[in-house]
Amino acid sequence: MIVELGHFALILAFLVACLQAVVPLIGAHKRWPGWMAMAEPAANAQFMLTAFSFGALTYAFVTSDFSVALVVQNSHSLKPMIYKISGVWGNHEGSMLLWVLILTLFGAMAAWFGGNLPPTLKARVLAVQSSVAVAFFAFIIFTSNPFLRMAVPPFDGQDLNPLLQDPGLAFHPPFLYLGYVGLSLAFSFAVAALIEGRVDAAWGRWVRPWTLLAWVNLTVGIGLGSWWAYYELGWGGFWFWDPVENASFMPWLLAAALLHSSIVVEKRESLKSWTILLAILAFGFSLIGTFIVRSGVITSVHAFANDPERGVFILMILGFFMGGALTLFAARASSMEAKGVFSLVSRESALVMNNILLAVSCFVVFIGTIWPLVAEMLFDRKLSVGPPFFDMAFTPFMVVLGAILPIGAMMPWKRAEIGRSLRPLIPAFILALSVALLAFALQTGRSAMGPVGLFLGTWLISGSVVDIWSRTGRGAVAGRLGRLTRLPRADWGKSVAHAGLGVTMLGISGVLAWQQEDIRVVQFNEPFDVAGFTLTLTDVQRVEGPNYISTMGWVDLARGDTAITTLNPEKRFYPVAEMPTTEAAIDIGFWRDVYVVIGDPQADGGWAIRTYYKPLANWIWGGTILMALGGMLSISDRRFRVAAGATRREPTAGVPAE
Amino acid sequence: MMRIVLAFWLAVVGFGPLSVMTAAPAHAVLPDEILDDPALEERARDLSRGLRCMVCRNESIDESNAELARDMRILVRERLVAGDSDQEVVEFIVDRYGEYALLKPTTGGANWLLWAAGPIMMLLALGVGISYLRTRQAATETGAGQLSEEEKAKLSKILED
Repeated sequence: MIVELGHFALILAFLVACLQAVVPLIGAHKRWPGWMAMAEPAANAQFMLTAFSFGALTYAFVTSDFSVALVVQNSHSLKPMIYKISGVWGNHEGSMLLWVLILTLFGAMAAWFGGNLPPTLKARVLAVQSSVAVAFFAFIIFTSNPFLRMAVPPFDGQDLNPLLQDPGLAFHPPFLYLGYVGLSLAFSFAVAALIEGRVDAAWGRWVRPWTLLAWVNLTVGIGLGSWWAYYELGWGGFWFWDPVENASFMPWLLAAALLHSSIVVEKRESLKSWTILLAILAFGFSLIGTFIVRSGVITSVHAFANDPERGVFILMILGFFMGGALTLFAARASSMEAKGVFSLVSRESALVMNNILLAVSCFVVFIGTIWPLVAEMLFDRKLSVGPPFFDMAFTPFMVVLGAILPIGAMMPWKRAEIGRSLRPLIPAFILALSVALLAFALQTGRSAMGPVGLFLGTWLISGSVVDIWSRTGRGAVAGRLGRLTRLPRADWGKSVAHAGLGVTMLGISGVLAWQQEDIRVVQFNEPFDVAGFTLTLTDVQRVEGPNYISTMGWVDLARGDTAITTLNPEKRFYPVAEMPTTEAAIDIGFWRDVYVVIGDPQADGGWAIRTYYKPLANWIWGGTILMALGGMLSISDRRFRVAAGATRREPTAGVPAE
Repeated sequence: MMRIVLAFWLAVVGFGPLSVMTAAPAHAVLPDEILDDPALEERARDLSRGLRCMVCRNESIDESNAELARDMRILVRERLVAGDSDQEVVEFIVDRYGEYALLKPTTGGANWLLWAAGPIMMLLALGVGISYLRTRQAATETGAGQLSEEEKAKLSKILED
């Protein structure tokens, strides 16, 4: 019964969305307040109906209702509760329902927090947002209905893919979707502004927190996925340049560009049409990502494109929204003239450079991702584009970005002098250079990658420290320290996020340049050495888990004579899904991880053991957390809370001048 | 490894039953494959990181635990032991399995477009970006406070009246 109610609520939400996509738009055009005001309650209703629908599906999973086909395919009565819940979105249909839930949540949030938007703009934003929802509701109801019942319910389910039964992955999709779908609001703001024909500083101020929110969630989502790959896949890889990873990375890059360019719109009323275009494209790449992931077109070396109908449907959604928005853009963009004037050397120019680098690197990822498809269709060549291509083609852009970032961050608006911006950074530069030279001198290999990465990372972190310190002005150290606590949160956000990028770069270069690998057959109680550590396999036992059987090893880890810990690498077997998984055992340290994987038993009684020494591995995700934290600090900045304020048009709003 | 990442995604996005077949923990290079000569082994590892496991999805033979990947790894090592150069080993594999086996695409034929796309786009973007910045700077020099031609005409008309 509850399942049917959920199904019904979903259809109702679809109908509300249809109304909300049309009525407020007409109202805004004709200046009919009643019609415009309809958007707000409709957005709330849409969200509540979708939430109810999602709740109904969750209920079916939690109670293991095996009359629902989706529950049968993705759940099992023995599964721990957390994975019963995460099973709701661990499949195509359920994850689409989560997708629209978040879409309607963002619509409702725009209604809740959009109190100070001009009524016509608000009505148009909500209508555009709702039109996106219409498309996805239709997609779910007509091609991917999660509420279908079984004619003959089985006794138990087929279990969720064991790889998904992991805390890191349980929360990976929701964050990712908050990011993907959050960009829809930036898109709606852009299209509404194009219809409205006006983009000003206030628009930049409204759109920025939403873009930040989407970007923060994308950052966390990508970080979680990469962390999971690191500890779950058995050799500590953290990024694979796979099409589906790229699908999440491309919107991340464009969202990063967008949140920088919208600063220029907000503070300097320039780069308006470019920012609008970015907002459209960023959501466009979210849709492209959805298409890549759900159609199976790009990785379909096997017969994986099993449901072309879904792919075609998403392609139509993509075509409609991108085609429509870009046509509108072409017609209206010229009317948005820039107001701010600035010299060639200025914060504005630095942000333009930031946008160029991020957009072009996104383009490189895009080309690499679709090239196998292009080559096959146009040139009849079956080829692969793998990590070696992306490493070579993408990395240079990040190196340049890292090199110029601290300088750009120090530049004042309008007109800067290179010398004056560079001077305070000299200590940071010297520090970074010495770290790099030290690393180069100490390392045994010939690689330049490690030192270059260390230079960039240190340069970014120390540059951020200089940046925030320089914001405290002049005078005694005590006074400046006091002022440090009173700086706007946006300043802190900027420094923390930039330093986070540096920390991540340190981690990546540390692991890639200096990790050590050891593969061998190990006999019991025969110690072996890896990277200065001594490891001893003392025991291997069979252990039963709640819904799996594990082969667990006991490996003593020591450095010299001091014992550090005992590691328990596992191989698990999930009988329902008939699938094995690897659980690496990791001794996590600040400077390094020691990573042990147990393999198969050997004929001579030994066990295959793989050991990795991974310097700075955790810095990759530490930096990711810092970047997300920086974004959150920026969102919480006073100027967004006090009033996403239309200072210029409505001086009565009482927004303090910047 | 890629296979598992993909399996995860596929499971998330709805190809659950199919993905189960492809997923398995990888143990990639096994102890018995490793060559005695460390220099040769190092070369073998470098080469196999750039070669695709033909039956896997986007996974190098270095990471894959498929039987075919193991065969290819052993093949690479045999060629190296026989004295082939890296280039010859790659050519041997391409002859056998086709261009599809290369994770790093060649620059030949239309592929130059793939490799040049980034630099070309960067130059274009820099060109557009700099010309935009110049217009903003020109606006500085003419002075924001100055009147446009239209405004001047309007002003002189008012003054005449």
